[in-house]
Amino acid sequence: MTRITRLSGLEPLVLTPDLNFVNVGERTNVTGSAKFRRLIKEDRFDEAVEVARQQVENGAQIIDVNMDEGLIDSEAAMVRFLNLIASEPDIARVPVMIDSSKWSVIEAGLRCLQGKGVVNSISMKEGEAQFLEHARKVMHYGAAAVVMAFDEDGQADTRERKVAICSRAYTLLTETLDFPPEDIIFDPNIFAIATGIEEHDNYAVDFIEAARELKKRFPSSHISGGLSNVSFSFRGNNHVREAIHSVFLYHAIAAGMDMGIVNAGALAIYDDLDPELRKAVEDVVLNRRKDGTERLLALADRYRSEPGEVRVENLAWREKPVRERLTHALVHGIDQYVVDDTEQVRLDSARPLDVIEGPLMDGMNVVGDLFGAGKMFLPQVVKSARVMKKAVAHLLPYIEAEKARSGDTAKNNGKIIMATVKGDVHDIGKNIVGVVLRCNNFEVIDLGVMVPTQKILDTAIAEQADMIGLSGLITPSLEEMSQVAREMQRQNFQVPLLIGGATTSRAHTALRIEPHYGAGTVWVKDASRAVGVAQSLVSKDAVNDFLEKIRDEYAEVRARHKKRGSGKKLVTLTQARNNAWGRDGSDYTPSAPRKPGVHVFEQYDLAELRRYIDWTPFFQTWEMAGRYPAILDDDVVGAQARELFDDAQAMLDRIIDEKWLRARAVIGFWPASKVGDDVKVDLHGSDAAPADATSEPVMLHFLRQQADKPSDRPNLCLADFIAAEDSGTPDWIGGFAVTTGLGIEEHVERFEAEHDDYSSILLKALADRLAEAFAERMHQRVRTEFWGHQADETLDYNDLVAEKYHGIRPAPGYPACPDHTEKTTLFEMLDVTANTGIELTEGFAMYPAASVSGWYFAHPDSQYFVVGNLSREQVADYARRKGWSLDEAERRLAPNLDYEPD
Amino acid sequence: MSYSPLPWLHPERAQTLKDALSRRILVLDGAMGTMLQGHALGEKDYRGERFAHGCDGTHDHPHDERCGRDLKGNNDLLSLSRPDLIRDIHARYLDAGADLVETNTFNATRISQADYGMQALVHEINQEGARLARAACAAAERKDPSRPRFAIGVLGPTSRTASISPDVNDPGFRNVSFEELVDNYTESVAGLIDGGADLIMVETIFDTLNAKAALFAVDAEFSRRKGRLPLMISGTITDRSGRTLSGQTAEAFYISLAHARPLSIGFNCALGADELRPHVQALAELADCNISTHPNAGLPNAFGEYDETPEQMATTLGAFASEHLLNIVGGCCGTGPEHIEAIAAAVRPHAPRARRAREAA
Repeated sequence: MTRITRLSGLEPLVLTPDLNFVNVGERTNVTGSAKFRRLIKEDRFDEAVEVARQQVENGAQIIDVNMDEGLIDSEAAMVRFLNLIASEPDIARVPVMIDSSKWSVIEAGLRCLQGKGVVNSISMKEGEAQFLEHARKVMHYGAAAVVMAFDEDGQADTRERKVAICSRAYTLLTETLDFPPEDIIFDPNIFAIATGIEEHDNYAVDFIEAARELKKRFPSSHISGGLSNVSFSFRGNNHVREAIHSVFLYHAIAAGMDMGIVNAGALAIYDDLDPELRKAVEDVVLNRRKDGTERLLALADRYRSEPGEVRVENLAWREKPVRERLTHALVHGIDQYVVDDTEQVRLDSARPLDVIEGPLMDGMNVVGDLFGAGKMFLPQVVKSARVMKKAVAHLLPYIEAEKARSGDTAKNNGKIIMATVKGDVHDIGKNIVGVVLRCNNFEVIDLGVMVPTQKILDTAIAEQADMIGLSGLITPSLEEMSQVAREMQRQNFQVPLLIGGATTSRAHTALRIEPHYGAGTVWVKDASRAVGVAQSLVSKDAVNDFLEKIRDEYAEVRARHKKRGSGKKLVTLTQARNNAWGRDGSDYTPSAPRKPGVHVFEQYDLAELRRYIDWTPFFQTWEMAGRYPAILDDDVVGAQARELFDDAQAMLDRIIDEKWLRARAVIGFWPASKVGDDVKVDLHGSDAAPADATSEPVMLHFLRQQADKPSDRPNLCLADFIAAEDSGTPDWIGGFAVTTGLGIEEHVERFEAEHDDYSSILLKALADRLAEAFAERMHQRVRTEFWGHQADETLDYNDLVAEKYHGIRPAPGYPACPDHTEKTTLFEMLDVTANTGIELTEGFAMYPAASVSGWYFAHPDSQYFVVGNLSREQVADYARRKGWSLDEAERRLAPNLDYEPD
Repeated sequence: MSYSPLPWLHPERAQTLKDALSRRILVLDGAMGTMLQGHALGEKDYRGERFAHGCDGTHDHPHDERCGRDLKGNNDLLSLSRPDLIRDIHARYLDAGADLVETNTFNATRISQADYGMQALVHEINQEGARLARAACAAAERKDPSRPRFAIGVLGPTSRTASISPDVNDPGFRNVSFEELVDNYTESVAGLIDGGADLIMVETIFDTLNAKAALFAVDAEFSRRKGRLPLMISGTITDRSGRTLSGQTAEAFYISLAHARPLSIGFNCALGADELRPHVQALAELADCNISTHPNAGLPNAFGEYDETPEQMATTLGAFASEHLLNIVGGCCGTGPEHIEAIAAAVRPHAPRARRAREAA
């Protein structure tokens, strides 16, 4: 039995035999990545950390960190970088491979790792004594080591020397030092092949055969190598390089190589290689014929393309048989020819349905598989769906005619009813899930937004749906979903219920929804998980096991939560108030608004707002992780991100030029004072107050954090940022509502009529971004112009995105003030609906969805925070202030309750 | 040439310990701090005669602003100023059934003693702490020769963390380096060995990198002395996230420290026995050494006190033992001799956990 290698970051990495191959991320290496080298040289460590994050996100199980560059202080850079990634739990969870040719850099790195990492590398290059000294240190620091096939005479190139040096190293390590064999990782040197030098022709074979022998001799140890070396002579031709990597790995892994330093996001699949290229590469890798290199070189020119360069549209695929053309069009999202091709297949088919069930579904299956394997990204899938929809739309009249004649209907995987629940208007995520499910041959009946429970249930019965999917974004929707679940139980439904949307979570579903519905409730994290869940639910073989697993999982979540509930203490409301954030000691004097009262903007210039768009969340909407602008040059998603970004820019041009959307806003400022946890607002105090306004002040109600905090951290409440009534200091509060969604419906309908979900989702996502940009721009103008508390502020785009300004604009319903109903007060104070056209739904969502509203606080130390859980005492106190029953308060604040209401 | 590990510094004692571990679950003592709190000590007690002026009266040294500072709270110093108290606490735990007692050296590192200006005494505090514990063990062995007793030299975590930034605005910053920690621990462990400790325990580990530095220092000190002592490692799962303060899972924690080839690994402090169970279980499934645990007497109540009774704790830990999760068990914050007596009685009927065989070739 072999011994098992165990490494760790924050989490364990256990190299069990079924792991097959361990990906070591290579992009955080200044010698291998020009981009990473530039970031380190320019001291842009924040972005360098993002490179590490992407490596892990793309499946690197270990990350290799190398800072060996003449112009870099390698030791300092290694320490700084390792310390920085230690603070990022989603990076630090994997082990680190410290890669340097300088021992001092390795040792400096080892002193930063709390987990068990890997040293890359040690060797006998400078003799046995030095080798053993380093190995002993590796043991004392608690790491594994890459042992290079390098001795006093140099690097091993032949199979014989590789095996001999590694064997000698193994014996020294295990017998002289008792070095654990499972902590030895051999690197028998991957050298470049196809260099034109005859002696190099057998290098890949030498590596592969050495790997085979070493694995046989030392089964507990591992074999690794830096993959990119092998194709070095083809640099500049990534297509051929990836093919060489793929072929080399295919044979080396079969021989025993079980770890490699690779670009985790850019590995071609052996089977996917063009057979001609694959054969030519294989001839070279396996050194099967003398003229292999020349033949590959001749072929390589056909594949040459510079990175980032737009490939000339290659219409070769149009020469293929029509069925293959359909697959190609689907996979590549090309809708130009799809109607003609579909028509051609239809004419050759017995029934129009055969076109869908044959070539179109075959093509969509390819798309589904590639997406499932992480080889296609969401925007591509949505484009594929657009092609599919156009093809189906063309076929539909023929299918109807056929159905009328024969009664035949289409087969599909299953039928799902989808809806954004009552009171909520957000549907981008739901629409994406719908597209992805349709791509996988589910019939999706989308009831749209603000759908009442009974309509969802009636449709499900009428359509004999196989499952129901609920979506929502704002917190009141959580409670609404729970109500739908209860209603389904009461009406004795038997179909599974799917839950999704930004504020939903596994914990919420387990605690508040699943217990109310017996026939299966599943939380779906994002669009990429939706297909797997839906397929499990319609599979007769899998559904019971699947639901049982989910039930166990949620029961465990509940059990854990129950235990935790008793352990996490809240302080009493009095204690929390005594630990309020104090304004004492600061010499801050609130400044009076320069332009008090209410200001209305009837038609704001969208071109001005465009500059204020924060693009990072836009990519998140499409489930593409990474920060803008770095994401555009990302090794993995860069090309797709750029394409999406270009599409977005083109659409923005049209939105602005053709005035698709109208932007309106209202802002206002009033004298205000803190009374307890409330803020008293004097609407009369502003000049612009209508003469007939009542003299009653308006009370704004806020909630206070009750977490048990160290004495130097206050229990925050937004009211604290306003001067107290009894302080005698005059102070002000502001409010705003902006929208960029007016007029959107007409265009969404147009796209939907054209079966163009891609453009419809793109437009909604852009409208959302413009609304946020509007809020950002308006806040800037408020600070410098209308209120003027930061008149001298000069911040650029990056500073604004990073919120480097003084003052905040929290929105009711969000973590600092989680009660959505306060929006009603805000809307009355600003007469929002009349002034801007934004309406409040019964769930307190704003319609159009591309709208933002909130309060302005000017205090320079004001900050965003999370109110968190509330005790019954505070909820009762809040109910009293709001004039609610305790019952109503508990319903409104359900997501924040720290206790089970009676 | 073939590898042979360092010999034991005290081969006979090490063998006696291993024999005892193979036969039964060994019992560790309870909290030192909780017992001292019971004495309601004042500044005068902490100073004793030697530190009557707030600095060391036995050494000539230039008097500076450090002289005269408050020493109250420097529990480790009591080994020098009130050795009678410390000896008595060890004796009470041994009488209650403890097989192993921990030295009063939790804060006896240069970093921690700097709070009191007592850095110069680090070696002496450790040496004296070990001597008191060893003497108490010898006395107990004379009284009842049927069971061997062992003094564990304790290395605490210090108040700093090598892998977490204390400054939220600069996540790359560290207020202590690996090298500084190695220097600190080297000085402390030398004192413990000189004082006659039978084992060394690195405990209450909330940052694994600190522990790696401690083990690095211990290892180097063993090499210098050409002999080693059995090692215990005990981490702390800070809260119900199930992770150490520095973010590691129980499994990752073990993997990161297994290179020290400890006699035992386990968890102590922060949580009560009930909450520790899943983490101890995780270790028991993975580790090829002995498993220890010395939890707090439950979670602190609203006043920061621990109120799990000896019976409650003994019931929970007795269940651990009946499931063969344990080799060494004791108590941490809030536990006293009554707890240890009850725990000893509860685990007595149960066989120790059999060590998991390493996946051997």
